[in-house]
Amino acid sequence: MTDPEPRYSPLNQIHVDGGASFTDFAGWQMPVSYGSDLAEHHAVRTTAGIFDISHMAEILVDGPGAGAFLDYALAGKLSAISIAQAKYSLLLNPEGGIIDDLVVYRLTDDTFFVVANAGNRYAAAEALTQRADGFDVRVSDLSDSYSLIAVQGPNSREIAKATAGITDVTVSLDDLKYYWSTDAVFDDKPLLIGRTGYTGEDGFEFYIQTDAAASLWAALTAAGEAYGLVPAGLASRDTLRLEAGMPLYGHELGIDSFPVQAGLGRVVSLKKEGDFVGRSAVEAGPPHGSHVLVGLTTEGKRAGRAGYSVVTDDGNRVGTVTSGALSPTLGYPVAMAYVDPFVLENGTPIFIDVRGNRIAASVVDLPFYKRDKK
Amino acid sequence: MTDQTSLQYTAEHEWVLVEGDTATVGITAYAADKLGDVVFVELPKAGSVVAGGSVVGEIESTKSVGELFAPVDGTIVESNAAVDADPSLVNSDPFGEGWLIKVTYTALPTLLSFDEYSALIAE
Repeated sequence: MTDPEPRYSPLNQIHVDGGASFTDFAGWQMPVSYGSDLAEHHAVRTTAGIFDISHMAEILVDGPGAGAFLDYALAGKLSAISIAQAKYSLLLNPEGGIIDDLVVYRLTDDTFFVVANAGNRYAAAEALTQRADGFDVRVSDLSDSYSLIAVQGPNSREIAKATAGITDVTVSLDDLKYYWSTDAVFDDKPLLIGRTGYTGEDGFEFYIQTDAAASLWAALTAAGEAYGLVPAGLASRDTLRLEAGMPLYGHELGIDSFPVQAGLGRVVSLKKEGDFVGRSAVEAGPPHGSHVLVGLTTEGKRAGRAGYSVVTDDGNRVGTVTSGALSPTLGYPVAMAYVDPFVLENGTPIFIDVRGNRIAASVVDLPFYKRDKK
Repeated sequence: MTDQTSLQYTAEHEWVLVEGDTATVGITAYAADKLGDVVFVELPKAGSVVAGGSVVGEIESTKSVGELFAPVDGTIVESNAAVDADPSLVNSDPFGEGWLIKVTYTALPTLLSFDEYSALIAE
């Protein structure tokens, strides 16, 4: 279910003033670019970019039974993470299909903050609410009261540290580890800062009450001026996450795909005690021969795109591209695709059918791009 | 800078500059903005005979692919080698240096005026 009327970010006027062009994303009118998506992409890889991702959904889970509840409701062992730690997880249905992929932050012993995809907000909130039956826990959809701003890129830490108005940071941003969070205050409002992101670069995500989002954006942007920070839209966000080999729900992930097919077997904790939704289906595994997600690269400039066929030399369709683009960082086309595992085992040459032209594809390990870690 | 009011347009978001028996064709700024940054173009070779309304090339951005339609029946006399080398010209100067093809034609179909095209994209 999506809202029939388009929804606008609390930062919408800032984007309009900044010359953004917009696209519909899960019922939201969100910036697709502020002029040049390529320039925005390169800025995130070399300096920094700031993204409005206020369309993401935030669901609070709190109560003495919160840890046990999430262990049952999600595929990972969330009760095992520490306070301030974040974990990537999956919300499965009983058949092992993926309802959504999520990031879960533990705020206190009994409080977890679940971040879901905009398009899956209602499905995720509904599944969690239903599964809460019998647990001493409360599930609250706070999406309308929270905004999310991401600053990503090698300069993001310096920008966050230089931002006026961010105070009371519990853990210094220099010491904050990847997939950990810290409490802070911005203009007397609670601020949650996660060292997380969806670009393959170092970066931070800022969770703030909606009424303070515009002033936080302005403060981050002002601090970023000296560090090459540019506003970046969903077009660059997509090419960045693709290079980083990160799945996008609706492309690499869906209700018909098992975690193991998407290379996310490690996200499912079969070792955890007790039942969880989807457990028996995941243990049984997908049907023999189910397609698996791989990275493909091709020569030239013409990219395989979502929906294009992967074929063998004799024209047999053996897979489907889920995402693809001419990689701005690497300079050659990259794609993710679901492909027949037997074809992969045999090393049979495969091709992407690019609008009638067969282009030879090489299977490569994901991610396509990995940043140099200092 | 080309005077956009003097150009003719198609519903496929192309502009056509008619000089003698030659039509110069490109995509409009509106189309370039919708595509995003153009990273690759495939244009027909000089000498190719093209039919009006048929797909004769591709304009590919980071996020999608647009088709280039021949607006007239005719013969390609030139494709823009500068755009082939630097596809970003389509974004930076769609009505000028970012032109795509020149076609000689014998009959010109009815095209849209600047006002008609402006009304089309305002919808």
